[in-house]
Amino acid sequence: MGKVVLVTGVARRLGGRFVRRIQRDPQVERVIAVDAVPPEHHLGGADFVQADIRQPTIGRVLAEHEVDTVVHMDVTGTPLGSGSRATVKETNVIGTMQLLGACQKSPAVKRLVVKSSTNVYGSAPRDPAVFTETTPPKSLPSGGFAKDTVEVEGYVRGFARRRPDVAVCVLRFANILGPSADSPLASYFSMPVLLTVLGYDPRLQFAHEDDVIEVLRIASHEPERGTLNSGTFNVAGDGVLLLSQCARRLGRPTVPLLMPAVSWLGSAVRTLGVTDFSPEQLRLLTHGRVVATNQMRETLGYQPKYTTAETFADFVRSRGPGLLPPEALAGAVDRFAALPALGGGHPPTQSAN
Amino acid sequence: MADAKVIPFDDDRSSRAGALPRAPRRRTAGSRRKGEPAIVREVQALPKRSFGQDDVPVTHEQPETPERRGRPQEGGLERRIAGGLSFLRKRLTGDYEIDDFGYDAELTDQVLMSLLRPVFEKYFRVEVKGIENVPSEGGALIVANHSGTLPLDGLMMQVAVHDHHPADRHLRLLAADLVFVLPVVNELARKLGHTLACTEDAERLLAQGELVGVMPEGFKGVGKPFSERYKLQRFGRGGFVSTALRQGTPIVPCSIVGAEEIYPMIGNAKTLARLLGFPYFPITPTFPWLGPLGAVPLPTKWTIQFGEPIPTDGYPPEAADDPMLMFNLTDQVREQIQHTLYKLLVQRRSVFF
Repeated sequence: MGKVVLVTGVARRLGGRFVRRIQRDPQVERVIAVDAVPPEHHLGGADFVQADIRQPTIGRVLAEHEVDTVVHMDVTGTPLGSGSRATVKETNVIGTMQLLGACQKSPAVKRLVVKSSTNVYGSAPRDPAVFTETTPPKSLPSGGFAKDTVEVEGYVRGFARRRPDVAVCVLRFANILGPSADSPLASYFSMPVLLTVLGYDPRLQFAHEDDVIEVLRIASHEPERGTLNSGTFNVAGDGVLLLSQCARRLGRPTVPLLMPAVSWLGSAVRTLGVTDFSPEQLRLLTHGRVVATNQMRETLGYQPKYTTAETFADFVRSRGPGLLPPEALAGAVDRFAALPALGGGHPPTQSAN
Repeated sequence: MADAKVIPFDDDRSSRAGALPRAPRRRTAGSRRKGEPAIVREVQALPKRSFGQDDVPVTHEQPETPERRGRPQEGGLERRIAGGLSFLRKRLTGDYEIDDFGYDAELTDQVLMSLLRPVFEKYFRVEVKGIENVPSEGGALIVANHSGTLPLDGLMMQVAVHDHHPADRHLRLLAADLVFVLPVVNELARKLGHTLACTEDAERLLAQGELVGVMPEGFKGVGKPFSERYKLQRFGRGGFVSTALRQGTPIVPCSIVGAEEIYPMIGNAKTLARLLGFPYFPITPTFPWLGPLGAVPLPTKWTIQFGEPIPTDGYPPEAADDPMLMFNLTDQVREQIQHTLYKLLVQRRSVFF
């Protein structure tokens, strides 16, 4: 008897990719793809059901198809197409409540996977340098997507208490990057000039799309021998990149501005709809965030294929060169290095610094 | 003065160690550890103290030395330029590594340490004693007294370990949360390898086998009035002891003499401090009266003495939760630092020489 997997949020590229991938698994019989709007990409052989998870209809979908695994990926920071922040928040919070309510009513549901984010930890200067799954945040996110994820996780914990027979897995992903990622950070890195906060160089961590899909797959199947896939897990690539390093590898110049100026400009940019420069993203770009991934390796039994640096390199390849391509800068330094050898005498060392 | 001569133990040992002509370990971009083999031989020649020192990295550096000695001055300059350019190239393209805490080893070694070294060698003329008490490998917690209005003593302790330790170790300091709130300061602190003084970070670093430096007096120590100089304040709540106990790492007491007099704090503008959000606002005979000129520290002569390590691996695992043992160990560390401080003060000829 195969499994029936229900996936929410399939109109987004990541959701679509996951749907296409999980169908190929032999133990999966059917995939029900749910979203409020029909996706632009194809979903393989999955059954697409157009349903808004904010409405009680989702309960009927669950019952009708006898769904036993629910993968909730409709927890996102940015609206799809033209939507307001209020709609996003409602989908995140009310949608999750409805979905969990439907799951609680459905006796067939055996497994629930929720895509969360490391945003739940917030970013504050008084936090420890590395967050583990059990670190309580020093300052809870005050609003926006970060607060949504905190609330979503709260409801999921409540659900796990009420339905102890359901295996619940909460996956806290670091910033997801990859060739087709449409996360807020990806759109930030697509700006021609990167606004940064003067006097801060945050540590960032990325999770590659491919790893994200794999981890979601592991979590939605029966656990492998010796591993456990229910609980809360941080998911991120190894290593850390500083924002300044990212900007240089990307070849985009940075404009350091004082904190008030950045938040003012950020809201202006946001109004124009160029990129989502929300307060919590600004905090991430000020204080950074690094999570420990021991639980993912040891308990979930997954070794990410991409490190943070490799994830970023893959992202850079997909984006094309910026205004200051690193190769050009390296070439300029090499030409300068060749100068004294050619001309001899005393090379101008001062200008090198 | 006469008292110091009668103290039977440790006294002539430490003065002998201090009398050693230590070649300063200057680092140039391409060639690290220039005068190091010489230092190592001197340390090993001393009786009784070779215990942790017959260590691997020393031997395979020997063959490098004659080759470098034979090199003419010109070649050295050229190599330095080449090294500087390759460093610049890496910086411009973002092609360097940092660890999870944001520690940028390359930047610290090649730029930040060379900026601090003149202050260490020429301005405060720091004399380092007992560096052999700092273990050559594995984690250890260095506990020091804190003074001087501005935490220069921490930085000097970092230079002391970096430049004088034969096994080329790096000290990872635990800093107050204020450091990570201030712009620019937080960025530099992270790159120098400092992190927030909290149990999570300290344990993570010790578990990685790093040398961790902590000044448990905190603001009480660094911001105490001049009249209370060299009187150790309360050692926090002894959290550092339980951290070391949990990791089973030795505690190395460290006494710093000279830092107390760099900014003789005769008053504290509490209202101004509260307005600015600082724990204290120092008033010295020169600051703020002379403006920025008044912020120049007095050129006192410093001594940094690392004491005998206190082992913590003999205790059962539940010892970290035993408050009595913690208080006893805290007192033991505190007593040892205070005792060494008095001894060093008696030996000191004058504040400035």
